[in-house]
Order: sequence, then C-alpha cells, then structure tokens
Amino acid sequence: MRILQYLINGISIGSVYAIIALGYTMVYGIAKMLNFAHGDVIMVGAYISFCVTSYLGLPAWAGVLAAVAVCTVLGVVIEGLAYKPLRGTPSLAVLITAIGVSYFLQNAAQLIWSSSPKNFSSIVTMKPISMAGGKLVITGEVLLTVAACILVMVGLTLFTGKTRTGKAMRAVSEDRDAAQLMGINVNRTISLTFAIGSALAAIAGVLLCSTVPTLQPTTGSMPGIRAFTAAVFGGIGSIPGAMLGGILLGIIETFSKAYLSTQFSDAIVFSVLIIILLVKPAGLLGRQMQEKV
Amino acid sequence: MKKLLNNKAARTNLITYLVVVLAFLAMQLMNSAGMLGSSMKGFLVPICVYISLAVSLNLLVGICGELSLGHAGFMGIGAFSGILIAALLKNTIPNDFLRLLCAMLGGGVFAGVVGFVIGVPVLRLRGDYLAIVTLAFGEIMKNIVGNLYAGTDAEGFHIAISTSRMPLGEGGKYIINGPLGATGIQKLATFSMGFLLVLFTLFVVLNLINSKEGRAIKAVRDNRIAAESVGINVTAFRMKAFVVSAFLAGMAGALFGLNYSSVTATKFNFNTSINILVFVVLGGMGNILGSVISATVLYILPEAMRSLQDYRMILYAIVLIVVMLCTWSPKVKEYLSVAADKALGIFRKKEVGTNE
Repeated sequence: MRILQYLINGISIGSVYAIIALGYTMVYGIAKMLNFAHGDVIMVGAYISFCVTSYLGLPAWAGVLAAVAVCTVLGVVIEGLAYKPLRGTPSLAVLITAIGVSYFLQNAAQLIWSSSPKNFSSIVTMKPISMAGGKLVITGEVLLTVAACILVMVGLTLFTGKTRTGKAMRAVSEDRDAAQLMGINVNRTISLTFAIGSALAAIAGVLLCSTVPTLQPTTGSMPGIRAFTAAVFGGIGSIPGAMLGGILLGIIETFSKAYLSTQFSDAIVFSVLIIILLVKPAGLLGRQMQEKV
Repeated sequence: MKKLLNNKAARTNLITYLVVVLAFLAMQLMNSAGMLGSSMKGFLVPICVYISLAVSLNLLVGICGELSLGHAGFMGIGAFSGILIAALLKNTIPNDFLRLLCAMLGGGVFAGVVGFVIGVPVLRLRGDYLAIVTLAFGEIMKNIVGNLYAGTDAEGFHIAISTSRMPLGEGGKYIINGPLGATGIQKLATFSMGFLLVLFTLFVVLNLINSKEGRAIKAVRDNRIAAESVGINVTAFRMKAFVVSAFLAGMAGALFGLNYSSVTATKFNFNTSINILVFVVLGGMGNILGSVISATVLYILPEAMRSLQDYRMILYAIVLIVVMLCTWSPKVKEYLSVAADKALGIFRKKEVGTNE
C-alpha cells in the first residue's frame, strides 16, 4: 500500500513537471533555444494568482485565469523584446539573454513582492479521499494536478494534430525555412508558441504552489531546472516525450526520496538523466537526427 | 622580435599578458599607497579566480565550441580538495605559500581527474545535450560535496560521504562538515598568488590555442565531420580541452576556497556556472583578453552598484540583456551604426563650419 501512495505522490509532482516541461519542449522544438526564463514565468504566475485571491479576495478560478492571462502576455512580450531581435544568431547568445530575462524576472518579483516567503493557500477546497483504512490518501490537489495534466496533454495533441495553426507549428519546428516558403507566418507561430508555453507555466505555477505552499522569487528556478531535465529525459522537442519525462522524473524523485535517501535525491535524479542520455542520446521519445555531410 | 610583432597571434597574446601585468602592478601600487578601500581589497582574489575560471571556460566554449553549464562543479571540487590538502599539510609544510601552491595543484589534479572520468562517457554527446549533462553533473557534485564529512582525530584522518554526521573520536576536528561546509579555514590566498594563477592560466590556454592541438580543436569546432575526415581524433582533442579546463577551474576553486574562513557547497551551484558563462559570452567567445576584461568588469559591476541596493541586480539584468542585443542583434546593430553615422555626420559638419 505504501508503494502505491508513493506512486500517486510521484505522479502528482511529475504532472507538474510535465506541464512545465511542455513549455520548454515546445519552445525548444520551434525556436531551437533553451529558455531558462521559463521557470521564472511559473513564479510570476503563482504570484499573480496569490495576489488576486488574497488581496482582492476573488475566488480561485479568477486567480488562475488572471495568472494565465498575465503570463501569456508576459511570454509574448519577453519573446518580442528579448528573443525576436536575436533570431538567427548563435544559440549561446539567446541563452545568455534568456538568463538575463530570468534574473530580471526574479529581481523584479523581489522588488514588487519582497523576498520574504508568502503562504500560498491551496486553490482546492476538496477534502482528501481516504482509502484502505487511511493507508492510502489522495488529496484534492493530486486529483486536480493529474486531471489538469491529462487535459493539457489531450488538448495539445489535438491542437498540434488537427488545427491549421497547430500544423503550422509542427511545420516550423520541422524546417523553418521550408515552412516560410509554404506561406506560414513563422514569427507569429513562434509568438504563439511562447504564449501557449507561458500559459501552461502559469497553470503549473498555481498547481505547484497548491502542493508546496511557500512562494518566493526563487520558487520557479529549481522546478524549472527539474522540468527542463524532464523535457530532455523524454526527448526535447517531443510533446509526448515531455509528458513521459515529467511523470517518470516525478516518480523517480519520490521513490529515491522514500527508499534510498532524501539528501541524495538530486544526485540520483541527475545520474538517471545522464545514464538515459548515454544510452539514448536523443532522450526516450526523441528522434535521432541523421547527420548529413 | 620584429617577427614576433608581425605575427598577429603572438601580438594579441603579448597584449593580453601586458594588460594583466600592468593591472597587477597598478593594483599593487594603489594598495601600497593605501588607495584601495577594504571592500576593493576583498575583491582582488575573487577577481583573479573568476578571470581564471572565465579563461578556462572560454577554452571549452569559445575554442572547443562545447557548451558547459557545470564549470562551478569543477571549481567546487577544487575548492574542497584544496581546503582538505591545506588543512592536512599544516604540520608537514609550514610555509604558507608552498602549502597554498600544493593545495591549488592538488585541487587542480583532483578536478582534472574527475573531468577525465566524467569526460569519457559525457563527451559522446554534443551541443545542447552536452550542456544538459554538464548541468546535471554540476548538481550531482554539489549534492555529493554537500554530504561530505572529513576530519581528523587521535586515530588519524577520516573521510565519509554519508547522510548522517560522521562520528569522530576524541580530540576530533571537522575540516568539512557536510551541509555546513568547510569551516575554520586558514585564509592562505593572496593577491600575488591570484596573479600567478591568472598568468599560469593564460600561459596554458594561450599556448594550447596556438599549438598543433589548438588548431586541431578549432578544426573540430568549425566542422567536426571535416576534421574527422582529415584524420583528427575528435574525441581525444575534445577530451584534452575538457581536462585542461577542469584542471584550471580546480586550481582557481582551491584559491577561492582558501580565501574565506568558511565555504559551503551551495556556493558552487548552477548560478555560479551561469555567471562564469556570462563572463565568457560577453567578453567574446574565443577571445581570451575579452574574458579577462569582462570577468573583472562584471564582477565589480554589481558590487559597485551596491548603493542602489535592491535595484542593483535588476539593473545588472537589464545591462546584460541590452549588451546582448547591442552586440548580437543584426537589427539593433544596424540601427546603432546608422545612429553613430548621423552623430558623426553632425560632428563633421560642425568641423567643416569652423574651418570656414
């Protein structure tokens, strides 16, 4: 029974990683850049939701909506101001700019909301479900996180598979120049990707802070790195890969904390990542690109 | 001498050495004249450390073309092994300078060996994947060093990696105390040693770049497949650059560790790796003098802005973004050059006017 409980907890935290990892993977697939500021967009989303519910006293759904709206705009603005002018330059230049944006967001949050941690109240009011005589407890947060994760996954799969815009997105990630020749507006597609990724980050931020209630300007950086690892784990650029990677990473993390060692959980998670990459250099579901001479 | 000055590479190298030596002499003069504040004095050793780190990372990122996000990991290994060596040799080598030298060499060798061990599997990967694995490696190192216990007691020296505190016998004294880090370090680091370290790093890296090996490494960077097809052993050369870079980072780390009375493993985290990378990219990839200057300026910049308090890091972030846009973006560059032309044009017209 304990093993089942750990599995459920692992899937829950893994679902949050998966939603964040989707943002990383989509941006990487289309813009070919490591967006290190993504983790901080999560933090901004959580703060917005916190402000709307705590200061304005509005219900939780309004907080989530506000967070999604603000983060979507933020994502597009960041892309337009900082990344768009650098399109076509070496990826390192964009990477450093993304790091600059990350510093900027963290320090702006510190100025606005101060560095002292805020106590984020969960958006779920449901009572935990107790099974098997209290041995197996499923909280409302777990249910909501997993449901949100499945919803996002199904939604994105349908979007990229069925709609014209989604197909354009896939085309751009496959071959940007060819897509442009086919009349796809590449700039708009990239902006849209950032908008979707940032909206997902906002949702992830609210879910993350509902599970782990302390909120401070650095809240997003560690889950950001973890989720980034998850995206690579599953094969960066691949949407199902990000999902699988996120959930697997969550499970590995929970199990290594439970059965091996709490202190060494970081080392274990990252070692698994290294081993996976050595065996499958493109990640679990990533496509191995053939090199052309 | 004339031949030397005609050779472009040799000339740039000479300028690099000259700048460093002159900066050192100027600092020494200002120090003896009492012109340096106590905070500025505190910066001298870290600046030397970061210059060495930036130059050694530049070898990897700029010359070799491999993006590494775990340079702070090697720095951390160097720091902790250096601290251990310095503490253990306290009675064997009474001379501070010699002991510091041993600690730095030991730190470098340790980091170099770890670099080699990691390099064997990791260098099979390329590009962004290599970056991610080096990131993962940095985090693993931080995690392990954060749970490392070392100390001496009546029975001798003990070392353990464990989740709980390692017990020590009678008269036991911890040198490295798990998550609390190394405490009670004897501060051996001096500015002169920092200067020597910078010179040594420059000597190694510049000579490597302008050697047969360096040309091979650059060939691998520019076109791996072409390099392979003319018979360059790609893996061996990448490995050489990786190990040399790790060795130099370890030496710098040892000097860094011995500059403070206590150091924790969290100091050598992802952010530190990123900061060193920022020095390299802003200084210009592959440009060694650029790394030296940008490490100095960017280290002092946030400290100099301390009076702005809460705003200093946000300003630093803005400066970083703006500099990246101005140096890389084709549009912004074009706009700037047009603006510069206009400004110069006005200036020229005025000049013409005064001549009449």
